Amino acid sequence: MESIAPTRKTVRKRSLRDRITASKRRMQLTALLERSINGLLFIVASSSVLAVLFIFVFIFREAIPFFREEGFTEFLTGVNWFPSNVSPEFGALALFYGSAMVTLGATLVAAPLGLIVALFLSDVVPFSVRQVVKPVVELLAAVPSVVYGFFALVVFAPLLQSHGGILLAAGAAIIVIPAGVILSTVGADAATNWIPESGGKAARTTLLVLFLAGTAFLTFIMFRALMGIEVVSGTNALNVAIILGIMAIPTVVSVSEDSLTAVGRTLREASYSLGATRAETLLKVVVPAAKSGILAAIVLGVMRAAGETMVVWMASGNASKIPSPFYNFLEPVRTITATIAGEMGEADQVTGASRYSVLFALAVVLLLFVFVCNLVSEWSAQRVAHRARARRVATRRHKQC
Amino acid sequence: MRNRFYISFLAALSAAVILGIFAAGSSAFAATTIVMDGSTTVGPIAKAFAEYYMRTHPGVNITVSESGSGNGVKSLLNNKCDIANLSRFMKPEEFSACSSKGIMPVAHTIAMDGVAPIVHPSNGVKAITLKQLKAIYTGDITNWKELGGPDMKIVVISRDTNSGTYETFEKKVMNKDKMASDVEYVGSNGAVRQRVQSTQAAIGYVGLGFVDRTVKSLPVNGVAATRKTIQAGTYPIARPLYMFTNGYPQLGSHVHALVTMHYSEKGQEIIESLGFVPVTNY
Repeated sequence: MESIAPTRKTVRKRSLRDRITASKRRMQLTALLERSINGLLFIVASSSVLAVLFIFVFIFREAIPFFREEGFTEFLTGVNWFPSNVSPEFGALALFYGSAMVTLGATLVAAPLGLIVALFLSDVVPFSVRQVVKPVVELLAAVPSVVYGFFALVVFAPLLQSHGGILLAAGAAIIVIPAGVILSTVGADAATNWIPESGGKAARTTLLVLFLAGTAFLTFIMFRALMGIEVVSGTNALNVAIILGIMAIPTVVSVSEDSLTAVGRTLREASYSLGATRAETLLKVVVPAAKSGILAAIVLGVMRAAGETMVVWMASGNASKIPSPFYNFLEPVRTITATIAGEMGEADQVTGASRYSVLFALAVVLLLFVFVCNLVSEWSAQRVAHRARARRVATRRHKQC
Repeated sequence: MRNRFYISFLAALSAAVILGIFAAGSSAFAATTIVMDGSTTVGPIAKAFAEYYMRTHPGVNITVSESGSGNGVKSLLNNKCDIANLSRFMKPEEFSACSSKGIMPVAHTIAMDGVAPIVHPSNGVKAITLKQLKAIYTGDITNWKELGGPDMKIVVISRDTNSGTYETFEKKVMNKDKMASDVEYVGSNGAVRQRVQSTQAAIGYVGLGFVDRTVKSLPVNGVAATRKTIQAGTYPIARPLYMFTNGYPQLGSHVHALVTMHYSEKGQEIIESLGFVPVTNY
């Protein structure tokens, strides 16, 4: 026993030292590996940044000859777009207007619908239903845009022409009726609060009925006006706005649902425990808390709509003029993206320098628009985050006092 | 550090190998692959020719793209295609660009095409003159009742400026005048027909090959767009369709067989079946 014990000890010591050196070596190796992987990842990451930079540089470089030759005034303020004519004109204002109009319309479709679906999925339906429905909604994003375009051209445009009034009225009903009910409820509530001596239930109900009747009357008038509308050409701004809106919905739903879920149980439970209803919890707690995420979702959706080409090229009519009156969504419009796609084939450096470089000038405008959009969303998201943090700190200080 | 070198070396090596495979592959296929590119109007003819030729000559691979006449010239200019399909003649600038690159474009007139104005079948208007057609597209006539039709605002549909059909129409009808700003532009002959057959108040124009029962083609200046009138040259909006090659192709080569197929009985049959007008009368 005694003779064995010390040898055992030395073996143990040696192995310990060995192990230490071995682990040191291993650490060095892992450090090296880590550094090399870091370097590789840095190259990959910076290559995507470089790609963006290259796109900017290339597009600006190709656009400069146009501005040098034709100047800015006609391009930015003219509405005559005849790049292929013998005496070409490059007034692109109508194209900007068309793009803005279609994007705005798509946002008006996608933002409310997407937000409602996201709220519904995150807070109303059971979790198991959400697990099924959300992927299905996201599947909408997997449909190729040319399929949407084909649908818009072959199915939706003729439908708009033959049943335009009814469709418009039905579409308006989907938006106006729930909005009217909610607004009149809120309005009645607010009004009862404003009237100091009452505050009784009776006053509230009568006001609610009055408000509802008012909105019903207004809706009725609007419906009659809409039913009378005849859509001459089905390939118009409305068609494209609706289809683009549908295309943007999965983005809006997916991102905003994520941010709504991220608000967490504690805030919701706190709200419920204070006696808030589900509607109050949703509108006054969950949505404000997820504001920045929702904004990001909407901006992402908007950018999808602004950059879409195929659907617009197939179904917007591509008439390069500002609709009259300017809010008339039933007239064909032409967007920047569709123009670039449509003119590219014939516009060669060989055959016409301005006709070619004007497309890059258009691309610059589009790029700047999307860039500004992105900046605004980043800025506002940051601001929201800052304000939230500031408020939290302030309340904590208040408590400490 | 050594690891990083290894990785970059490996990456470079694999890239070189992949590039090598691509280069070898493309050179191996080049011998039997013929590329045709250009007009969407000539496209169906080229496709039918290619299909027939590949069936009778196994081992020959022909690809046909339809990217517009202008793109066809661009492909020929850059040596990206063997045959450029054009629905208009090559422009002087394009010719000079080609010759400055050492390419000698040779035209082969393979068929004739009439551009027919089409309206919805329910439209009461029975005929139209070139002047009226021009007035519709410049925006001087905006309602069908000015032409003796129903009281409907005309929905004017044009091919996009990218197409040879547009250029022929512009040349033969518009006479260098500009189209009105509310003219709708559509990306293909099929899409024009689709828009017209589904829109009561629409007018559009397509190649004769795209006129069918779902739309009504209007006689222009009293002459209907038919095979006879187009061959005789009496129909006003007609044009030849071309295939362009770099120099006259070597006799007996595959390319030569393709650009002369329209002289054969089979070629005439194909052109007729597609609704175009052949140059031969067997």
